[in-house]
Amino acid sequence: MTTRQIVRSLEPTQDNLLAILHRVQNDSTRNFLDEPEIREVADYLELPYSFVYGVATFYSMFSVQPRGRHVVRVCASPPCHLMGGRTIRDELREYLGVEFGDTTEDGLFTLEMSSCLGTCGIAPAMMIDGEIYGNLDGVRLREIIDRKRREEP
Amino acid sequence: MDARDVSLTINGVGVKVPEGTTILQAARTAGYEVPSLCFHPDLKPNGTCGMCVVEIEGVGVRRSCCTPIGEGMRVQTNTPRVMDTRRTLIELILADHAADCPICDKHGKCDLQRIGQDLGIREIRMPAKEGYSRRSDGGIVLRDPNKCILCNRCVSVCTEVQGVANLTRIGRGYHTKIGTAFDLTIEDSVCVNCGQCVVYCPVGALSSRDDTREVRRALADSRKHVVVQEAPAIRAALGEEFGLPPGTVVSGRMHAALRKLGFDRVFDTNFAADVCILEEGTEVVERIVSGSPDLPVITSCSPGWIKFMETFYPGLRRLVSSAKSPQQMFGALAKTYYPREAGLDPAEIVSVSVMPCTAKKFEADRPEMRSSGFKDVDFVLTTRELARMIKESGIRFEDLEEAPADELMGSYTGAATIFGATGGVMEAALRTAYHLVTGGELENVDILPVRGMEGVKEAVVPLPLPDGGTLELKVAVAHGLGNARRILDRIQAQLAATGKSDYHFVEIMACPGGCVGGGGQPFGSTLGTREERGSGLYGEDRSLRSRKSHENPAVQRLYETFLGSPCSEKAHHLLHTGYGQRERVHGRSVD
Ligand code: SF4
Ligand code: SF4
Ligand code: SF4
Ligand code: FES
Ligand code: FES
Repeated sequence: MTTRQIVRSLEPTQDNLLAILHRVQNDSTRNFLDEPEIREVADYLELPYSFVYGVATFYSMFSVQPRGRHVVRVCASPPCHLMGGRTIRDELREYLGVEFGDTTEDGLFTLEMSSCLGTCGIAPAMMIDGEIYGNLDGVRLREIIDRKRREEP
Repeated sequence: MDARDVSLTINGVGVKVPEGTTILQAARTAGYEVPSLCFHPDLKPNGTCGMCVVEIEGVGVRRSCCTPIGEGMRVQTNTPRVMDTRRTLIELILADHAADCPICDKHGKCDLQRIGQDLGIREIRMPAKEGYSRRSDGGIVLRDPNKCILCNRCVSVCTEVQGVANLTRIGRGYHTKIGTAFDLTIEDSVCVNCGQCVVYCPVGALSSRDDTREVRRALADSRKHVVVQEAPAIRAALGEEFGLPPGTVVSGRMHAALRKLGFDRVFDTNFAADVCILEEGTEVVERIVSGSPDLPVITSCSPGWIKFMETFYPGLRRLVSSAKSPQQMFGALAKTYYPREAGLDPAEIVSVSVMPCTAKKFEADRPEMRSSGFKDVDFVLTTRELARMIKESGIRFEDLEEAPADELMGSYTGAATIFGATGGVMEAALRTAYHLVTGGELENVDILPVRGMEGVKEAVVPLPLPDGGTLELKVAVAHGLGNARRILDRIQAQLAATGKSDYHFVEIMACPGGCVGGGGQPFGSTLGTREERGSGLYGEDRSLRSRKSHENPAVQRLYETFLGSPCSEKAHHLLHTGYGQRERVHGRSVD
């Protein structure tokens, strides 16, 4: 589907803004919203470009910079923190070889910090793309990342 | 319908105010100044700063700018808890603020500085962020993000009042900043340079390009002959910088001050405003009488409006009068007509203008504004810049003797002076259009329906035609680009539906209140202040001997000795222009 078709897959009402942005970003191989896409959405909903751009930069789920194919979000809220989240964050940084906010050289992963993912019962937790992974420890974490790597063509 | 009155007490004193009033307004009515940063009476309250907190008995601490009053409410504006809250909040703001007041454009007019002083803040307990970088970009509207307190006033005025929606909040939390779509510099954005964000910013985070140094250099250069023109709106606001009430007309002192600053000739934009009326008035009458399909004629003197039109309504550009603005007409004549009369070499002339407007800086820099063969207007100063030059030179404004402008390009009529207020160009043009069509003179020149602060004003003005009939001239006036959108959308819809609009003549000024509300005017204004400035101009109009542009002897002389007649070939070459189309992200010309 073209960007235009994705944008037009929902009614042009302004309360559909977030939903449309999600659909457009999900279609992006680099997990971000580029300028033509934001313009397309804004024109469709008759909103100023500045407004849609502002929204896209406000919500941490969106990015206006190219990201990796997979976005790894590690929870940094207190319950996860207490269950060893700090170590998980350090290990991820080390294993992926990037700082928070950065993308691995092969363009596969972008590492981000997140607030509570709503899955404190399985703390410490992280989310890769749409999927939650809980009860993390160093070993499990490496397995998950390795599996993602292997899935790549 | 009258709103119901509600009784409450503020600091123990009973007050009665209309239902729906906010606590902040009620407290101010009761005589208590509650500090506020993000609130501005012309804008919707947004509740971001918290400075306006008050204590409501049985409820707690609330932000008074966005809390409506209730029957029997007992409000305290000055309890220890309230003061502590304010102090903590202002300390938090200052902890992330590059407070370099002595070198800040807003010094002395800054709300943050004043409140900090009033609250007696002497120390910031929170560690300050280190390493502020200086201004982020160039251009006419300048940002200093290190001073931004994220009050949102600029976003609100740019979006809701001006309808440009160039500014937005980018990011979230600590990293939030004010910026444009795709984070372009303001210079590269669709900004129309109206400067409203600059005058509505409570602190020094937004300012405008300073050109006083270049002007000083020209004044000091003995090989240069420096002429100056001042826009109508300057005379009704310059006094504010010297403690006079808004609307005090200081034409005489303004001319005297400019002479003291060393300008070789002190002329007046008002002269060119009279010329503008003859050019534009002739064009209006021609188009209307000939039944041209290009109606309505839309005025062209506001450069913020012109860039806005080129960006958002390029389809309407054929309707916009080809007459240049008074500033640019003056500029073109200052390097052709004037040197011819004075026996000077145009290359020696430096032409300076004093404008209430930041967009005028952009206009003077437009590449096509060189019909004299030189840059027609070399430098544009705002009212604020002129005030600064006067202060810097130690000229005591209050002691100046009133002086007239130099006659050749300085005489003016009342029609010219009202250009500075919304509806003024329309009124001035109608006074002359009547003469152009009927050969007679309008008896009562006060055309009241086009005056005042209503956002869009409409009127039907009967115009007797030479054939004995009467034309019911349908006119509209809008000030503030958000209001302009309302009328432009209507015209566009009419054109789309029937190919014809029922308006004949439309005045648009980019700034609320017209030029008196321009982005180069003294800080600290409200719509109320702007109205007072406008009244000052209407007062000067009444006091002048001649109130119709075509009666200006200096203008008559210009046509007799130099231009021939209005809209002659020479007038076209020097005093008229054309418009382009701009792209909607960068505001760059596309044709
Ligand atoms: S914005 Fe106000 S407080 Fe900040 S440096 Fe300027 S004058 Fe001082
Ligand atoms: S100058 Fe006018 S258009 Fe430009 S950002 Fe400020 S308010 Fe918006
Ligand atoms: S730039 Fe000025 S008006 Fe805009 S948010 Fe910052 S402080 Fe407020
Ligand atoms: S705190 Fe980590 S998922 Fe809730
Ligand atoms: S003035 Fe009320 S919250 Fe800022």
